[in-house]
Amino acid sequence: MAFDFERLVVEDVSRHFGRRRALNRVSLTCGAGTILGLLGPNGAGKSTLLAILSTLLAPTSGRVRYGEHEARTAGARLRARLGLLGHDLYLYPELTARENLTFFARLYGLDRPHERVERALAHASLSDRGADQVSGFSRGMRQRLALERALLHGPRLLLLDEPFTGLDDASGHALLARLRGLRDEGAIIIVATHDLDLAEGLLDQVAVLREGRLLSVPSSSGSLRERYRETVAAAQAAQDRGPR
Amino acid sequence: MARVFLPLVLVAMALFAAAPLVVANAPPEQTMGLVQKIFYYHVPSAMLMFVSAFVCGIASAVFLFRRSAAADRVALAAGELVVLFGAIVLVTGPLWARKAWGVWWEWDARLTSSLLLWMIFLAYLLVRRFGGPGSEKLAGAMALFGMANVPFVYVSVNYWRTLHPKTSVVMTLAPGMRAAFWFCVAAFAALYVLLLTLRKRLEDRQAEVEQLYLAAED
Amino acid sequence: MRQFLRVAWVVMRKDLTVEMRSREIVYTTVFFAASCVLVFAFALVREGRPLEDAAAGILWISIAFAGTLGLGRTFERERHTETLRALMLAPSDRPAIYVGKLLGILALMAIVEAVLVPMIGLLFHAPVLARPLWLVALLGLGTLGFASVGTLFAAMLVRARSRDVLLPVLLYPITIPVIIAGVRGTAALFQATPDEPMARFWAALLVFFDVVFVTLSLWTFEPLMTE
Repeated sequence: MAFDFERLVVEDVSRHFGRRRALNRVSLTCGAGTILGLLGPNGAGKSTLLAILSTLLAPTSGRVRYGEHEARTAGARLRARLGLLGHDLYLYPELTARENLTFFARLYGLDRPHERVERALAHASLSDRGADQVSGFSRGMRQRLALERALLHGPRLLLLDEPFTGLDDASGHALLARLRGLRDEGAIIIVATHDLDLAEGLLDQVAVLREGRLLSVPSSSGSLRERYRETVAAAQAAQDRGPR
Repeated sequence: MARVFLPLVLVAMALFAAAPLVVANAPPEQTMGLVQKIFYYHVPSAMLMFVSAFVCGIASAVFLFRRSAAADRVALAAGELVVLFGAIVLVTGPLWARKAWGVWWEWDARLTSSLLLWMIFLAYLLVRRFGGPGSEKLAGAMALFGMANVPFVYVSVNYWRTLHPKTSVVMTLAPGMRAAFWFCVAAFAALYVLLLTLRKRLEDRQAEVEQLYLAAED
Repeated sequence: MRQFLRVAWVVMRKDLTVEMRSREIVYTTVFFAASCVLVFAFALVREGRPLEDAAAGILWISIAFAGTLGLGRTFERERHTETLRALMLAPSDRPAIYVGKLLGILALMAIVEAVLVPMIGLLFHAPVLARPLWLVALLGLGTLGFASVGTLFAAMLVRARSRDVLLPVLLYPITIPVIIAGVRGTAALFQATPDEPMARFWAALLVFFDVVFVTLSLWTFEPLMTE
């Protein structure tokens, strides 16, 4: 009855919007207990890929397998194992922190909602602000709350779109620690980010997207920033040489 | 495509070339005389407008539930034809009304229903044009709802009218007229099929061009 | 089924809670509806006497205009926080979300109509208390028909361009049978001797309309909202 999966396999996924190709035959694999970093400049297709992985968007070709299941056939049960923290935080500003979490807990049909909500508030260090409206929260506080909202139902696959934006140092490190903890519990975490310094020690796997394509990343030693630069430079050089 | 296109064009052209002669030779109607002859173009246009509305609605349903892009192209072609044939109905109707009863518009039940259906599919085209990306699905819902609405529009407008009884648009057809009438229906039907096929073909080509654009980027 | 109703209930409660915090949409929509009535009154009342059947017409036009405004504002709020996406991500029956939103809109419209009906009765000397149950039935069925189509279209338009003008463009032609039925049914009730069979006929038409269009909306909500 419990639906779960251990591997995420992206096979040749493409997505276009009219004439604009957002993703071009992207393939990657990710197992449980991994943090995959999705890097790349703006417009590279990171958000599109995350949308496809969260089943909000369908690929125009290729497919995504969650274990042996696919989005279209698995339906609602699959969504119960996915969590997405988008760029817009999906919080209702007019509701209090507690009300936001309770709403999503009830929407997801979770058992013991009050317990989970209080635990989530504790994780977000917002237990004392539970009765305050979210409209009064700072960006960092909202981020923490939004992350806990995405984690309420204990998802197997966690997708994060630029989670470090607008966070101060302390919050950023707290987020890193939280993600590492989740990874150790077996979650598959995919993080799209610009912040290469923060992501430095975090990522187990790296995928670089550029103009919709997945670039191969040199597994050389060196910092993440250096490897990223190398990858992008190599791709640019290949492009300048002209099509084969 | 060429195989089916040429015969269609020839048939349609032949029918329409003959139509004015057929109409002129039909027996004149007692009360209205020459004016009544506009009926031979007005009613077939109305029939095909309704047919096209159903084609558009069904194609839209297939597009929405089976995600068939080809069905969406049929729906677009049919939607445009609803507006085209509807325009013919809404121009010939008042022309006839003016000559027959002295007023351009007097809320006749069928004409009003046609106007409503026409506006629904005009909205369909507006959404496709101005709705931005992804508006095909919204337009599809509009077409589906529009098609489902036809009986309701007909009943409500009809009973809305009974408080103000007026001459009805339909009259009984004398035998000599029947032949002319069905001839014109055939002519319009041929024209409809021709235009639908042609327009869908145009959309198919457009889709192919989009595919080529995408492939060229690789 | 129980899960379906639970999700719809949770969504509706959330919408009402959010609205009650600021009451912005309720206040502005009710005020807008009242202004509509006044505008039409000045247009259609001559020498202190309204045109025949004007009361019924003005009531339903105001409901349609206010409803469109309320729909637009409610979904604009969802668009602003992208929370519609979050709702679609939930592992629940998508149509249940539609029902939840629809119930919220109906609650808003009920408040608007609770203000409009006494206003109409007062300003146009309309006998709103003559057949109150029939009037409530007509208003309920008509508002359901209007809101069922409106909620679907407004939800879809959240991500479209020109959404402000497209909602009325799409909604009004489709809901004209509802307006006709509502106006003629209400006018029948407002007559000197209320015409119950007439009201019953129009109410029956509205029942059919509601059944067909709520069903269609439930069917098409998921394919429309997913890409």
